[in-house]
Amino acid sequence: MTATTMIAPESIEAVQSAICAHERLVVRGGGTKPPLSAADPDQIVLATHRLTGIVEYAPGEFVFTARAGTRLQEIAAALAEHGQYLPFDPPLVAAGATLGGAIAAGLSGSGRQRYGGVRDFLIGVRFVDGQGRLVRGGGKVVKNAAGFDLPRLLVGSVGRLGVIVEASFKVFPRPPQYATVRAPQPTLDDALTTIARLNSSTFDIEALDLLIEDKAPVLYIRQGGLATTLDARQQGLITWLGSGTPLPDEAAFWADSGNFGWAPAGWTLVKTPVTLLTIPVLEQALHAHGAQRRYFGGGAAVWIAWPGELTALDALLAQLQLSGLILRGDVAQPFVGVRTGASLAARIKRVLDPSNRFPIL
Amino acid sequence: MQPGSLLPDLERLIPAARLLRRAAEMTPYESDALTAFRARPAAVVLAETQDEVIEIVRLCHRDGVPFVARGSGTSLSGGSLPVEGGVVIALNRLNRILRLDPAQRIAVVEPGVINLDVSRAAAPYGLYYAPDPSSQLICTIGGNVAFNSGGAHCLKYGMTANHVLGIKAVLPDGEVVQLGGASLESVGPDLTGFFVGSEGLFGVALEITLRLLPKPELYRTVLAAYDSLEAAGDAVAQVVASGLLPGAMEIMDALAIEAAEAAVHAGYPRDAAALLIVELEGERIQVEAEFTHLLQVIEGSGPKTVTVAKDDADRARIWKGRKSAFSAVGRLSPDYLVQDGVVPRSRLGEALATIEQLSRAHQLRVANVFHAGDGNLHPLILFNGRVPGELERAEVLAGEIIHMCIDLGGSITGEHGVGMEKRQHMPTMFTETDLAVMAELRRALDPGEIANRGKMFPAGEAPALRSHGLHPLERQGILSRE
Repeated sequence: MTATTMIAPESIEAVQSAICAHERLVVRGGGTKPPLSAADPDQIVLATHRLTGIVEYAPGEFVFTARAGTRLQEIAAALAEHGQYLPFDPPLVAAGATLGGAIAAGLSGSGRQRYGGVRDFLIGVRFVDGQGRLVRGGGKVVKNAAGFDLPRLLVGSVGRLGVIVEASFKVFPRPPQYATVRAPQPTLDDALTTIARLNSSTFDIEALDLLIEDKAPVLYIRQGGLATTLDARQQGLITWLGSGTPLPDEAAFWADSGNFGWAPAGWTLVKTPVTLLTIPVLEQALHAHGAQRRYFGGGAAVWIAWPGELTALDALLAQLQLSGLILRGDVAQPFVGVRTGASLAARIKRVLDPSNRFPIL
Repeated sequence: MQPGSLLPDLERLIPAARLLRRAAEMTPYESDALTAFRARPAAVVLAETQDEVIEIVRLCHRDGVPFVARGSGTSLSGGSLPVEGGVVIALNRLNRILRLDPAQRIAVVEPGVINLDVSRAAAPYGLYYAPDPSSQLICTIGGNVAFNSGGAHCLKYGMTANHVLGIKAVLPDGEVVQLGGASLESVGPDLTGFFVGSEGLFGVALEITLRLLPKPELYRTVLAAYDSLEAAGDAVAQVVASGLLPGAMEIMDALAIEAAEAAVHAGYPRDAAALLIVELEGERIQVEAEFTHLLQVIEGSGPKTVTVAKDDADRARIWKGRKSAFSAVGRLSPDYLVQDGVVPRSRLGEALATIEQLSRAHQLRVANVFHAGDGNLHPLILFNGRVPGELERAEVLAGEIIHMCIDLGGSITGEHGVGMEKRQHMPTMFTETDLAVMAELRRALDPGEIANRGKMFPAGEAPALRSHGLHPLERQGILSRE
């Protein structure tokens, strides 16, 4: 690949002038999801790594504001000092993912099971659109209904509508302690039935993932809360399940999950939203293709590590009316499978980036 | 509008019984819960199918005639106020729950489905629909989606947008789009979230996929009385600092307590300056342990009295007083304005002190009932519209409260939306560029600006025809302004 030119503005004004000065740009945060910022030789990479720092953090408000290039690791550490965390559990924190990148990629991790995804916690955003205009949407309070919801529009926009320069998030107190149950399931059907039962149960579940280990389905169920009651709650869960054992070193398991340490190097890594109804057919095909996969969020999505040609996965997802976002792999653009709302997205793109300075959406 | 060709086409499409043209038939549709505004449409269509809605929108687009989609008309910001001479598309009859899937925890509903009916339908499966605006007995999901409605549980559970996964909608130019789907996750820009809260300017939602939640195993509710609003506000700060995440934290002031007591006999202590309600919910063992901790925090915050709800009936009584407080306060006065600003939680005390000063300065009584957990104020400004100058003073006072919210780093609206009522305040909260971009986005979907014309954006003529007194539904106790 030919080397591309990179610019790294240090201020919002510099982002604005950089956008006006270049005809074709690609935005890059921490670069932990390379296909999202894949650049041709004629594209300038606009990196956000100098737009950093927590601008405001009021623990009592459950709200913080930070520049987009701030690493999630730094934010997580600042929040942890006050016993708080990012409940949507963004992946690739240790790898150097940034706040802006997490929004643009629209990525949440296994912890989304408890309170929701990145879309549920982003409350305000400032971004520079393809015309160099600095635009603000939302605010810095946890409840707000003024104006169009531009923050949500930018969730999953993959740098195609503008450069996020600053964002405000709602955060929550972090459970003081966690525990995880590992529960092997006889069949996939059993696993999906258990997920459905758990999703409708009164258990407060922090994370609910389904792994396929040695061709057999295994559920990982994480609970969190006061240390004094956690053991009893876990016992209650195991009794209710009728099987399962406490997972030793559970923190390492979840950290590895979110950093994709389990995905073989060189394989394409894809996120695909699913439902309990679509999993059986998809699972059969993924198994047949020798893909590795982890279903997370109580059956809301799957991380797929794909060994072969991407065209086959694209065709498979399209056939099942599913979409995918490629997080790792040698591709020119990150979308596979079907897209919903494409015509509306195109209309929005024409407003925010009429001369297509950023890649097509 | 130029009704020449549109009306005959509507007549061909819609049976006469569902196409209202006479003034007397249309009167109920001329206003919503913001009764200060009133406008007469050319026609009201009682749509019964999605196809009818799509056809009506296409006809309006063809002829450039403005339309306003309407649910139960409970908007407090004038969101469903008709456009003079335009078409009102009434959606109450599109009230089918199309699908309820307990395994996937979703419900697919039409826009006219009543908010509480979703929870009722989900109840046999141990599920419920979380957003609970006080008008939930009557307000529709379509209206909730348009205005991103809130309720008492937004800190922990979020607003309507957090619970909408997919939307099938007809855009103002007649294009039908499917946004999002049945999954909690998505790829690409969150267009579903972008549509929610667009106040009817992006068209009409025809099918909405809602996320359902399991009903918590246990609720524990405590009611604490304080000598001052400030002390109640400080208690909220202490609860938050303790690491707890209550599902709801609500505060009422003396005027609201008095009115609620008179109306529903909730058993509130009458001599308190402020009441604080805090509720925890979740797994039994966890909640019991957290509640012990919560009571310690509350006891340490200097309350006059502390009452713990003993059972479900007790809890229901506490909430009944809270939820009826607004209409109850409204009965103390011939007219009132409700504000909906948000301030950072840590500045609640400051905000309340300023409201008290403003109340004295303008010589108008203000009652306060608010969502303390998320900083969402609901100052209720009492006035008599028949006394010359009082309405104007009330509006000035309301404007000053809104400015205070922005100065304190908050928002002009937490859950009622901008609508007619707060559109002139948008430039205080957003820059010219922010508003220009929003207006361009709107025109990209609606070049003729026919969908809910006159709302959200500051420009435009106000069709203000002042009215007086309570909304008819309010008088019947069906609707409350909160």
